[in-house]
Amino acid sequence: MNYTLRDPAALPRLCLTALILLLLWPGFQLTEFDPAALFDARSRETMGKFIGTFFPLQTSAEFLQLIAKSTLETLAIATAGMALATLIGCPLALMVTRSLSVSRIGPGPGAALGRAVRLPARFILMFFRSIPEIVWALLFVRAVGLGPAAGVLAIGVTYGGMLGKVYSEVLESNDTRPATALLEAGSGRLGAFFYGMWPVALPELVSYTVYRWECAVRASVIMGFVGAGGLGQQMELSMRMMDGGEVSTILLVFFLLVVLADAVSAFLRKLVA
Amino acid sequence: MRLVHWLTVAVLVALTWASFSYLALDLGQLFTTEALAQMGKYAVSFFPPDLSGNYLLRVGEGTLETVAISAISTLLAAILGLLLALPAAGRFGVVPRAAARLALNFLRSIPELVWAALMVMAAGLGPFAGTLALALHTAGVIGRLFAETLENAPPEPAQALRLAGSRSSLAFLYGTLPNVVSQLIAYSLYRWEINIRMAAILGVVGAGGLGQMLYFSLSLFHQQQAMTVIIAMLVLVAVVDGASAWLRQRLVV
Repeated sequence: MNYTLRDPAALPRLCLTALILLLLWPGFQLTEFDPAALFDARSRETMGKFIGTFFPLQTSAEFLQLIAKSTLETLAIATAGMALATLIGCPLALMVTRSLSVSRIGPGPGAALGRAVRLPARFILMFFRSIPEIVWALLFVRAVGLGPAAGVLAIGVTYGGMLGKVYSEVLESNDTRPATALLEAGSGRLGAFFYGMWPVALPELVSYTVYRWECAVRASVIMGFVGAGGLGQQMELSMRMMDGGEVSTILLVFFLLVVLADAVSAFLRKLVA
Repeated sequence: MRLVHWLTVAVLVALTWASFSYLALDLGQLFTTEALAQMGKYAVSFFPPDLSGNYLLRVGEGTLETVAISAISTLLAAILGLLLALPAAGRFGVVPRAAARLALNFLRSIPELVWAALMVMAAGLGPFAGTLALALHTAGVIGRLFAETLENAPPEPAQALRLAGSRSSLAFLYGTLPNVVSQLIAYSLYRWEINIRMAAILGVVGAGGLGQMLYFSLSLFHQQQAMTVIIAMLVLVAVVDGASAWLRQRLVV
């Protein structure tokens, strides 16, 4: 038996890897990739000191009270933001849902008007959701000042855009024949929606809204970093003061909050399913 | 059952109301003519966007930087993720498995932005901090996906090689890896797509890219330049969306 231990695919593979690395090389330059920066004496000292203070956790009653307050604030921002988001999302979703268009079932005078309303509504939804919530938060912090109001508005706007789009997609993807039948029998749009679509689509709509609430809890923590209130703002302050004990306590509370939001959302979704 | 539903609705409404009152939010106050006029003035100050050649060039650089942050961080995350996925898939026994899973969970459960804030402290302001932050969080996500892929890979090819006398490292490279590598690449590309979006906004805590430009221009009250950056973000995301949809159609189908 005469064979050599040779991998016939080795050369092409090597060339491909080299090519990818070559393509990525400018990336290393652009990102100022420099692991040494992590280990230079000064940053190592500050970071070491900072990480050293992570334990023990900060558990003074005073601080815990503060954290409890900002945790509640975070939950309240998420909830109020979602309320605003549904207020924005529902009407827009009804506007852009084609299956609820009266003019669609037959040539009617409203066709041009319908198109004229639907197009801007679609555009608004797209505009709202394609700017990330943290950018909205940055903008609102400057427009209405530091604090939870900016967070509520940012969640309301971004999630309003998402809810509007997803609601209308859910409505379209379900059986639209009942609504069409109602429209053809002379019902109005709202009637067709409430009696033709709502009964079938409700569980899906509710479950998506609850899921978004869960995301909103996480987002409201994040948005605190740019000054939109809640737990994130507290964490930003603690980081700035280089108080590791406070940071680790807040991180722990954040985990618990996410787990809790997850559990609540699972429970609510099971309730509607 | 109906009663439960009504009760839930009542509780939800009460909680929503409680939220508004806890935040002492008076939405009516936000929508007075005065406040609206002020907000309107602020909104108008964003137009027209600053489209001077000089600034466009800088925004272009910021966009490139954002893409670079996302690409390099995804590469690092894939490497780190694979290193952690091997023990996490139970290849080195029970204790390393538990330890690796704990590490992955830890990396994953700290949000990118918190990592970024920490890394800005460790590595200083700039894109390197953002790269590290994204890499750490993504390693947690990708490591878990990789571990699951490795666990689900068919064991027979590697077993055959082992039985024929191959070393376990070679059995992995030639028996297991070829079966899973396309899946691993698919996961990495998918995360890259997500990371481009993330890299665009991470900068608001000082981690480089478009986000940092946005933060600076907003802080300096250069709203028109901020608008340019926002447009660049939207265009970047739209291009990535389009490209990924196009590629998916070509490659997967």
